[in-house]
Amino acid sequence: MAGKTLYDKLWDAHVVRQNDDGSCLIYIDRQLVHEVTSPQAFEGLRLAGRQPWRTDANLATPDHNVPTTDREQGIAGIVDPISKLQVETLDANCDEFGITEFKMDDVRQGIVHVVGPEQGATLPGMTVVCGDSHTSTHGALGALAHGIGTSEVEHVLATQCLIQKKSKNMLVKVNGQVDPGVTAKDIVLAIIGEIGTAGGTGYAIEFAGQAIQNLSVEGRMTVCNMAIEAGARAGMVAVDDKTIDYVKGRPYAPNESQWDAAVNAWRDLRSDADATFDTVVELNAADIQPQVTWGTSPEMVVAVGDKVPNPADEANAVKRTGMEKALAYMGLEANTPINEISVDKVFIGSCTNSRIEDMREAAKVANGNKVADSVKLALVVPGSGLVKQQAEQEGLDKIFIAAGFEWREPGCSMCLAMNADRLEPGERCASTSNRNFEGRQGQGGRTHLVSPAMAAAAAVNGHFADVREMS
Amino acid sequence: MEKFTTLTGLVVPLDRPNVDTDAIIPKQFLKSIKRSGFGPNLFDEWRYLDHGEPGMDNSKRPLNPDFVLNQARYQGAQVLLGRDNFGCGSSREHAPWALEDYGFRSVIAPSFADIFYNNCFKNGILPLVLDAAIVNQLFKETEASEGYRLTVDLPNQQVTTPTGESFAFEVDEFRKYCLLNGLDDIGLTLQCVDDIKAFEEKHKARSPWLFN
Repeated sequence: MAGKTLYDKLWDAHVVRQNDDGSCLIYIDRQLVHEVTSPQAFEGLRLAGRQPWRTDANLATPDHNVPTTDREQGIAGIVDPISKLQVETLDANCDEFGITEFKMDDVRQGIVHVVGPEQGATLPGMTVVCGDSHTSTHGALGALAHGIGTSEVEHVLATQCLIQKKSKNMLVKVNGQVDPGVTAKDIVLAIIGEIGTAGGTGYAIEFAGQAIQNLSVEGRMTVCNMAIEAGARAGMVAVDDKTIDYVKGRPYAPNESQWDAAVNAWRDLRSDADATFDTVVELNAADIQPQVTWGTSPEMVVAVGDKVPNPADEANAVKRTGMEKALAYMGLEANTPINEISVDKVFIGSCTNSRIEDMREAAKVANGNKVADSVKLALVVPGSGLVKQQAEQEGLDKIFIAAGFEWREPGCSMCLAMNADRLEPGERCASTSNRNFEGRQGQGGRTHLVSPAMAAAAAVNGHFADVREMS
Repeated sequence: MEKFTTLTGLVVPLDRPNVDTDAIIPKQFLKSIKRSGFGPNLFDEWRYLDHGEPGMDNSKRPLNPDFVLNQARYQGAQVLLGRDNFGCGSSREHAPWALEDYGFRSVIAPSFADIFYNNCFKNGILPLVLDAAIVNQLFKETEASEGYRLTVDLPNQQVTTPTGESFAFEVDEFRKYCLLNGLDDIGLTLQCVDDIKAFEEKHKARSPWLFN
C-alpha cells in the first residue's frame, strides 16, 4: 500500500462517515470565531432552536472592526456605530451560547490567526476552521485548517462537522537555503508568482524542503497563511522539533499528563517517504529575492531588483487585459524599476506578518533610521495584546516610535480597512498584508505586498529598496 | 434556501479574471449583522462613481456608465458570465448573498475559487464550470446579441444557448440534491447524530487533549 501524505493522515483521522458520492462528514476540533462572519450563524442557530454541539471547541475574539487607537474605552471607543454593533453582537452571542471570547479589553485579544497558535488553541493534528480564508495559517503546526463561509460556521456550531470532499495533494518543495534578508513572506510570494493565484485551487498544499524546514514556526505560519492566495484552502507543514517546542507550555496545550502521548501522536504528522502527490512543484531557494507585488493580484509579483512587467510581452489575451487593468489601477507604467516606486503609507501588521518575529524584523531595519518625510503614515499593528506586550518588553515600540512609526493596538487594521485605518484614493502603500486587490485597503488605494523588513525599508527610504543593501 | 431546477435567464458578461470577493462586496458592507440587503452594493466600487457606505440611499448615487451591470441591455440579468478564478480571496459569504440579493441564480466561469464555489451552493446559486473555450464563445455570443439568454438545466446538467447548442457540466451529487430540493444541510447532518457521537468517543479516547 502506498504511503500517506500529511494531508491524507489528517483527513483520515477526522472522517465521521463517507457518503455515496464521495463527500465525507469531517469532524472539526477547533472553530475560531470573529465578529464579521458569525452574527448570521448565531442567528441561524437561534431561529432553528439549536445549541452549539460543543461550546469548548470554539474560541472567539473580535479583530476586524476593532480600532487600533484609544482602546481604554473598550467598545465605547468604536466610533462607527455599525462596527460597534457588530462587536457588541459577538459579545452577546458568546455570552448567550457560553463560548469563550477574548473581548476587546482582554490582553489576549487579537487577530484570530495570531491568537489561536499563541494560546495553543490550535494544535498539531487538529482540524481547524474559521469564517476567514486565512485560517490556512494554522496548517503551519501540522493541522488541517481552512476558511469557511458563514453557513458552514453555523453548520460547525450545530454539528461539530463539515461536509467536505477531499482535495488533491500538492507538494511545494523549496530546496536549499534562502539568502540572508530573504524571509518567509518572500518565499510564499515567490511560490504564488510561480504557480499563480489559482494554481492551488482544488488542492491542499504541503510546504516542504530545506528552506521551509529552516523557517521558524512563525515563518511557516506566514507561508501557510498565504496558501489561499495560491488558491489552496489549506496549506500545511510537517511536525518537527520546532513545532513541538513551539506548542509546549501554551495555555490550551495538552497538560502534563497528556503531553507525552500527544507528542508521540504528533511525531507521525509528516508525509510518508513513499507517499504520492498529485502535483509537485519545486523551487530553488537561492533564486528567491525579496519580493514586491506590482499589480492587483498576489501573483503579480517580481523581485525588488526587477521592473514592472510589460503587458505587451504577455501572449495570453485574458491575462494581458488583466495586466493592463492592474497597471491602470496601480498608476504604474510598464518597465518602471520597482525600487523607483515611492510610497505614501506603510502598514506592518495583519495575520500574515504581525507576530513577534515580524515586529523584530521590522524593528531591526527601523532602528536608528527615520521614516522618510514623504511617507504620510507608517503603522505598526501587533497581532495580539500579548505580541504587543512582548514587543514592549523588548523595547521594540520605542525603536518604532523613535523612527517615526505609529505603534498601535492589535487588530486586522489596514489589511482590509474595516476599521478607521485605511488608504485614501490613489495612495500607495507598502504593506505586509496578504491581498493587493483593488480597494482592499481603502477605495482607490494601491497596495504592494512585501515582507516586514521590506516594508520598514520602504518607510525609511520613501520608496521600495532592497533591504539587503541597507546598512 | 430557494430551490434551483431549471432557469432561463438573461446573461451579463463580466470580462476580467480573478474577480475577488472584495470586489463582489466591499468590506464596509460586511459590518451588517443580517444576511439580506446586500444586492444594491454588489460590485459597489465598480458600479458607482462615488464611495459607498452602509445606510446610503443607493438609488441617488451616481452610476458608472462603463460598468457592464449598469448597461440597459443587461438589466434583470440572472446569469453571470465570468472568467478564471472567479470568487477568489476572502471567504465572506456576503459575496453570494449579494449576488443572490441582486437576482443572480447562476455564475458560469472556467474556474472558481473553492470557498466561494462552496458558499454559492448554500445560497441557492449554481456556480458552473465550462471549458475556457466554451466560456469564450459564450462571451462573444452574449456581447453580439442583445437579450441573450441561457438555459441552465440542473437536473440534466446542461447549459443551452438560444440556438439550441448544449454543453454538459459537472456537479457533485450531494450538492445537486440539496440545490434541487432547497435543503438545509445542517438538518441532513443532524440525521447522523449517532455517527458523530460514536466518532467523538473514539476520537476522545485517542486524543484526549483535543477535549481539554
